[in-house]
Amino acid sequence: MNMRKFKRRMNRIIPNGRQMVIGVPFIWLFLFFMLPFFIVLKISFAEADVAIPPYTEIYTYAEQKLQLLLNLGNYAMLGDDELYIAAYLGSLKMAFISTVLCLLIGYPMAYAIASARKELQTVLVLLIMMPTWTAILIRVYAWMGILSNNGLLNGFLMSMGLIDEPLQILNTNLAVYIGVVYSYLPFMILPLYANLVKHDQSLLEAASDLGSSTFNSFWKITIPLSKNGIIAGCMLVFIPVVGEFVIPELLGGPETLMIGKVLWQEFFNNRDWPVASALAVVMLAILIVPIILFNRSQAKEMEGKE
Amino acid sequence: MKRFRFSSLMLVLGLIFIYLPMLILVIYSFNASKLVTVWGGWSIKWYVGLLDNSQLMGSVLRSLEIACYTAVAAVALGTLAAFVLTRITHFKGRTLFGGLVTAPLVMPEVITGLSLLLLFVAMAQMIGWPQERGIVTIWIAHTTFCAAYVAVVVSARLRELDLSIEEAAMDLGARPWKVFFLITIPMIAPSLAAGGMMSFALSLDDLVLASFVSGPGSTTLPMEVFSAVRLGVKPEINAVASLILLAVSLVTFLVWFFSRRAEEARKKAIQQAIEESAADSWKQPDARRAPAPQTV
Repeated sequence: MNMRKFKRRMNRIIPNGRQMVIGVPFIWLFLFFMLPFFIVLKISFAEADVAIPPYTEIYTYAEQKLQLLLNLGNYAMLGDDELYIAAYLGSLKMAFISTVLCLLIGYPMAYAIASARKELQTVLVLLIMMPTWTAILIRVYAWMGILSNNGLLNGFLMSMGLIDEPLQILNTNLAVYIGVVYSYLPFMILPLYANLVKHDQSLLEAASDLGSSTFNSFWKITIPLSKNGIIAGCMLVFIPVVGEFVIPELLGGPETLMIGKVLWQEFFNNRDWPVASALAVVMLAILIVPIILFNRSQAKEMEGKE
Repeated sequence: MKRFRFSSLMLVLGLIFIYLPMLILVIYSFNASKLVTVWGGWSIKWYVGLLDNSQLMGSVLRSLEIACYTAVAAVALGTLAAFVLTRITHFKGRTLFGGLVTAPLVMPEVITGLSLLLLFVAMAQMIGWPQERGIVTIWIAHTTFCAAYVAVVVSARLRELDLSIEEAAMDLGARPWKVFFLITIPMIAPSLAAGGMMSFALSLDDLVLASFVSGPGSTTLPMEVFSAVRLGVKPEINAVASLILLAVSLVTFLVWFFSRRAEEARKKAIQQAIEESAADSWKQPDARRAPAPQTV
């Protein structure tokens, strides 16, 4: 075999630059992001077992027979047990209401930033962005001190003479709503701002020249144009909140049923990995449509198409 | 004009809503009283006490170590992904690739954490690695989701770039990798720095992923804080939280400062270029006019 032949053969085996550039992130993401979901799917069909790891294998191979044993019991249990259904519904309700609240609070804020002076915009965006770099844990923890029975809010209200005895806010759903809106508000504002700042002001001027009221042109021009920003912001809030664990755990109480918390308990407290996997699979099935919507809007954004 | 004023009011109220709780937290970290809700005068004893808490300090160092590794790996991986998404428009599985890059941004952490743990357990059974879960497994988990953030930031910058500069270098005979390292990388450097800092902060903050994929003896700072906070508000935690807030606001300020300086330098350079070319065009008619009288 001469040198040139050898080289050609090696070239076929060693990927070229382009394949490497695509391949490295692709393989990493496939291995550590996509493949794990299939393992979750597999284990959701297993049975809990007192062993390490604590589940049974779903296939056996003996005497040239491959046996596949799918245990549907975990899914049947999710359907039967009211706790799980209530937790899913609770999570969806929490996520929906918080998303709407974030949109109602975040849209005017993003609008105000986008219409501020250019230098001021940078500062304001950083002010909004900074909390997202701070641990969600710490920001939620800050509210624990404020909302507790002998906390600052109750102390303030009592010293004002508005209430006689402390209000129970911590460990209720109200506290979870406050915590979720507080933590996720920046994720609503940032994509909205990124969208609003690109708008062409001459459209609004043209509308007002033609006699449109400010509210009318806002409703008919600004809102429809910011559709992509609204979708991205809402998905960035809605999807993670459905699986949120830290906020309901720290601020919520016994009435707070959310699926992220239930999954955590199944996994860490009951050590029931198959049921936790089944919970994750169902959660993913519920979220797949919003996730695809988000990915579409993100792909458009990334390719620079509008 | 009325709506404009309403939105400005909302902005001010919103910023107060965002910053007031953090401010209160910082003030109360200097509270001398052991009861976190009663003010007992100023004191720094909780900060001093932190230094003696060796368990906490160990977890701080571990978290910082993981955050450093994550920042480096996430920037490398995220930049590659962003480059592929913005520059290579056609290849097999591109839609899937795009989905894989952006999905970690929104995927609930409990799902990612659980699935990665099950992967590591399955891998340990099949190929004997990882024998023990710890810093490496946490690093893999953090890199995967931080790379998504880096990819978004970097791809935004890559799209703005003037392709003609890279094309010019290519025309002059530079190899693609040389163009990438000598031209593309310096031009997107600010967004690489921003992505790196973001990954550092995200990794330092993460509780859920780390709880799933860590092993015994590899407790990170958020896990330590979480197990203390679960039982209620504690003055030591106020001090830790304030220190983290201080670090983050310092980094934010630096980002703002340097980006503003870079922006000003750029503006100055553009201004200078405009002035120079204006001066040149001013000179040219002059030069042309000068010989004119001679012909007469």
